[in-house]
Amino acid sequence: MNTEVVNSYIPIYVKAFLLTLKIGWVGVVLAFILGIAGAFVLYFKLPVLSALTRAYVELFRNTPLLVQLFFIYYGLPVLGFKINAEVCGAVGLGLLGGSYMTESIRSGLDAVPKIQTESAVSLGMSRSQTFLSVILPQAFSISIPALVANVIFLLKETSVFSAISLMDLMFTAKDLIGLYYNTTESLFLLVVFYIIMLLPVSFAGSMIEKKMRFKMFGDGKHGI
Amino acid sequence: MEEKEILKVDHLTKKYEDLTVLEDISFSLKKGEVVVVVGPSGCGKSTLLRCINGLEEIQDGKVSIEGKTGMVFQSYDLFPHLSVLQNLMLAPLKVQKRKKEEVQKEAEQLLERVGLLAKAKQYPRQLSGGQKQRVAIVRALIMHPEVLLFDEVTAALDPEMVREVLDVIMDLAKQDKTMLIVTHEMAFARAVADRVIFLDGGSVIEDTDPENFFGSPRTERAKRFLRTFEFESVNAS
Repeated sequence: MNTEVVNSYIPIYVKAFLLTLKIGWVGVVLAFILGIAGAFVLYFKLPVLSALTRAYVELFRNTPLLVQLFFIYYGLPVLGFKINAEVCGAVGLGLLGGSYMTESIRSGLDAVPKIQTESAVSLGMSRSQTFLSVILPQAFSISIPALVANVIFLLKETSVFSAISLMDLMFTAKDLIGLYYNTTESLFLLVVFYIIMLLPVSFAGSMIEKKMRFKMFGDGKHGI
Repeated sequence: MEEKEILKVDHLTKKYEDLTVLEDISFSLKKGEVVVVVGPSGCGKSTLLRCINGLEEIQDGKVSIEGKTGMVFQSYDLFPHLSVLQNLMLAPLKVQKRKKEEVQKEAEQLLERVGLLAKAKQYPRQLSGGQKQRVAIVRALIMHPEVLLFDEVTAALDPEMVREVLDVIMDLAKQDKTMLIVTHEMAFARAVADRVIFLDGGSVIEDTDPENFFGSPRTERAKRFLRTFEFESVNAS
């Protein structure tokens, strides 16, 4: 492997990395918002909205992101909506992620004992107050492993952005290989930058999980 | 004592599909009155409390309350992700929109009163069952409800912790709080009650003062019910 080539490529990768990170995180935040909203609807079994949420979750969970992106990027302009590639990537990722987050948060919500809702309601709290202050924080700490897995999955899915000509990490690597045939160096940097992006997420996830679980359940060594 | 009716239950009927759990229940609580509901397991005592504070829909009749109710459940139901102080302050801040300093001050005073001020910063998992129930009582109290509902609050406790919780409730009775208490602790019921309601098969069988109920129960069913406790105490000794 030629270190000179690697060094000269680094600035190009950094640029692609920042773009990937930006779109990835906008998508992840969008996914969380959609997931919380979807889980709220399913948890309280709101009429009509529940059916719509179910349909949304099944549609986006059971189609590949690439197909969704094509649909948004090439399909919407046909219907008269112009959309740029970055927005398309973030929205596509957010919609896909929202379907996964909805399911993960909902399963966490279902694991919170019903008495928690009843005590909150008995204290006069409204449905949304109960949801946001009592049920959701507990559901989150139950769902953290699933949520972290979703975030990592979503950030990795950004690799299909190249298909809608976004200059993300994958696009950059493919481009460089096509131009200069420095395959080893290009792929090496690709792996390194994905790891730089994802390793902190894994670590942060385990730390948050430990902290939240400790608050609620202690270190697990002492029974009550 | 004022003669104002705080809680009035009027011909209440509760059904789960075809199964009638409570049938034509009527009674009322005056301000400052302590009423204890006793009866065999499955007689509908807990359901009655849940109907009163709106956790269950009722099929017939009416429940009228002057103001709010506060309820303490059998299972320790504190919010596990919040500290003791946060547990107490959540509803006053969110629901009543009271000032933080004022709520915190009251929370600390009430905790001191039940002997738990030192636990304010701890999480529920660090408390014993009896301590959790005392916090749960304070959490209901701090909302200033007109009526307090207690649903077998000592039933899940280890025997040595029952007393500390019952003492808190006795203390509340002395402060003329209006309370409706479901319990299996007969000695406590006798000591705390102004009136005893005996529920069996979803109906009110007796509604009388504690001396009459425990001393000379009118109905055969009440006699049989009270004898089960005598048998238990004979067995235990």
